[in-house]
Amino acid sequence: MEKKNSKEQKLTDLAQELRKHIITMNCHAGSGHPGGSLSAVEIITFLFHKEMNFSFDNYRSPERDRFVLSKGHACLVLYAALAQKGFFDTKEFEKLRHVNGMLQGHPDRLKTPGVEFNSGSLGQGFSFSLGCALGGKRTFISRYTNTKPDYTNQNVLNREFRVYTIIGDGELNEGQVWEGFMFGAFHKLDNLVAIVDYNKYQSDDLNSNITALEPLMDKFRSFGWYALEIDGHNFEQIENSFLEARALKGKPTVILAHTVKGKGISFMENNPKWHGSLCPSGDEKIQALKDCGYGECVE
Amino acid sequence: MKTMRDAFGESLIELAAKRDDFVVLDADVAGGTGTNVFRDAFPERFIQCAIAEQNMMSVAAGLSTTGVIPIVTCYGVFASMRAVEQARNSIAYPQFNVKIAASHLGLDVGPDGPTHQAIEDIAIFRAIPNFTVISPADPGELKAAMPVILDYRGPVYIRTGRSPVPDIFGGSLKFEIGKGRIIQEGTDITIIAVGVMVHRAIQAAQIMEGEGISCRVVNMSTIKPIDKDLIVDSAIKTGAIITAEDHNILGGLGGTIAEVLVENYPVPMLRVGIKDIFAESGEPLDLARKYHLMPMDIADAVRYLHKLKEMKR
Repeated sequence: MEKKNSKEQKLTDLAQELRKHIITMNCHAGSGHPGGSLSAVEIITFLFHKEMNFSFDNYRSPERDRFVLSKGHACLVLYAALAQKGFFDTKEFEKLRHVNGMLQGHPDRLKTPGVEFNSGSLGQGFSFSLGCALGGKRTFISRYTNTKPDYTNQNVLNREFRVYTIIGDGELNEGQVWEGFMFGAFHKLDNLVAIVDYNKYQSDDLNSNITALEPLMDKFRSFGWYALEIDGHNFEQIENSFLEARALKGKPTVILAHTVKGKGISFMENNPKWHGSLCPSGDEKIQALKDCGYGECVE
Repeated sequence: MKTMRDAFGESLIELAAKRDDFVVLDADVAGGTGTNVFRDAFPERFIQCAIAEQNMMSVAAGLSTTGVIPIVTCYGVFASMRAVEQARNSIAYPQFNVKIAASHLGLDVGPDGPTHQAIEDIAIFRAIPNFTVISPADPGELKAAMPVILDYRGPVYIRTGRSPVPDIFGGSLKFEIGKGRIIQEGTDITIIAVGVMVHRAIQAAQIMEGEGISCRVVNMSTIKPIDKDLIVDSAIKTGAIITAEDHNILGGLGGTIAEVLVENYPVPMLRVGIKDIFAESGEPLDLARKYHLMPMDIADAVRYLHKLKEMKR
């Protein structure tokens, strides 16, 4: 492995901790979707620790940046990141997917602090993000100063916030997503970044054995979006793509992030079996924790 | 007679002049729903979502987190079926403050035919937790309901309508969510109606009055939460109930009333409505005649039920 500078080393550590949390949660629940959670780890690490103005202190502020996990089934990685940021205790992991738990099988904004949207029905989180971004540009609110809406997160915005959403590659099968791509370009939502977690697998099989997804970059560009292609596990490329998106005016950005399903856990990588509905057995759990650098802390 | 869609458009403009906390979303049907006048008057508060209702529903959910109340407007068929899963998962389940206003309901849609005649929307929306379901009976009630649903915090499905409807309540009217209204008192039978069937129910009651049968007429403009007290009161006082709706007789107003009666105070009941079939193209009145939604049809139901009630005595 190449020698990394300290900043990147820290992100790598944070990412590995997310992987540990994902495996731990997956084992507690006995089910869930580890494969697609692991592929989004680096992107979410960078978003939560570097890119976004979003923390436990401001998550109810109307000016916070929004993160929407449109591929809601990968909520293990979202819960891991929220726990890492201090939104709740890792003890909650034990009750994931169990009755009376705070952590649902798919995200629930009313049950879990820090969750923006009840995603999981594919395509909807992306459209929800577009709505947030349109509201964030507040082209229609700016004129109204005497508004007195009566709910908590309703105030005059002093700052245009940014919206980040992760879409699954399988999710791109949904027609609603393409309605959304047209909408985003039409409304010039340059405060929105959509990241496609392109791990090449969906629920049953390789994307390419399910429908004709490619050529994705051509599709995105023809829909009027600024499109970038990166290695979704490379922090430098992630950072640069977000910088480019921030500088761009007049159109939304979509980042096609090439990732590996099950990334970082040797026996899960590129194995469609680990999409969902199962968890590592005893030996597998030890191996998985070892793979993400936590060999010694097996309970 | 004012059309329901004109009343809806006017209501939006009047409200927009007074309050700045809402925006209107449209799916390229502004002419059909009556929002075109609002679009012209308040273009910056009108959000074009194109013929993409699923995206529009979820966009509305996102918008509602940013300081505005989105009013989603489209035809009933698309609001209640094309995009209903978005209404459920993007709006109802997370409890976002979004209002869905649907035009083109029942056979009142007329010549566009069954593809555009929403005859299931009440049944569908009332089955979704967290949704309030409202169906005003005339332009005045629609205008009275709009500010109330904007003040109410939570998901609302409001049926605006399309065609001209006679003025029933005569202007000034206080609208309250969850309250039915007795339009006229009667002792023999209660007719509970919704939407365009309310004025037909009043006519039916007049016909019956000539035959010596006294009908209480109730406008049940909130279907969810249903006014249980008024239904039970009507059952106790008149002993028989007829429901009238321009909607499938399965799961709509009739189903709602039946549920309340069976669990609280069972009395003989009949449902007037679309008899679980797809209709056809035609002028709304011609369709109402053919598919038995006219005052005469309600009157027939009253005569039959009254006879049944007398036999049981």
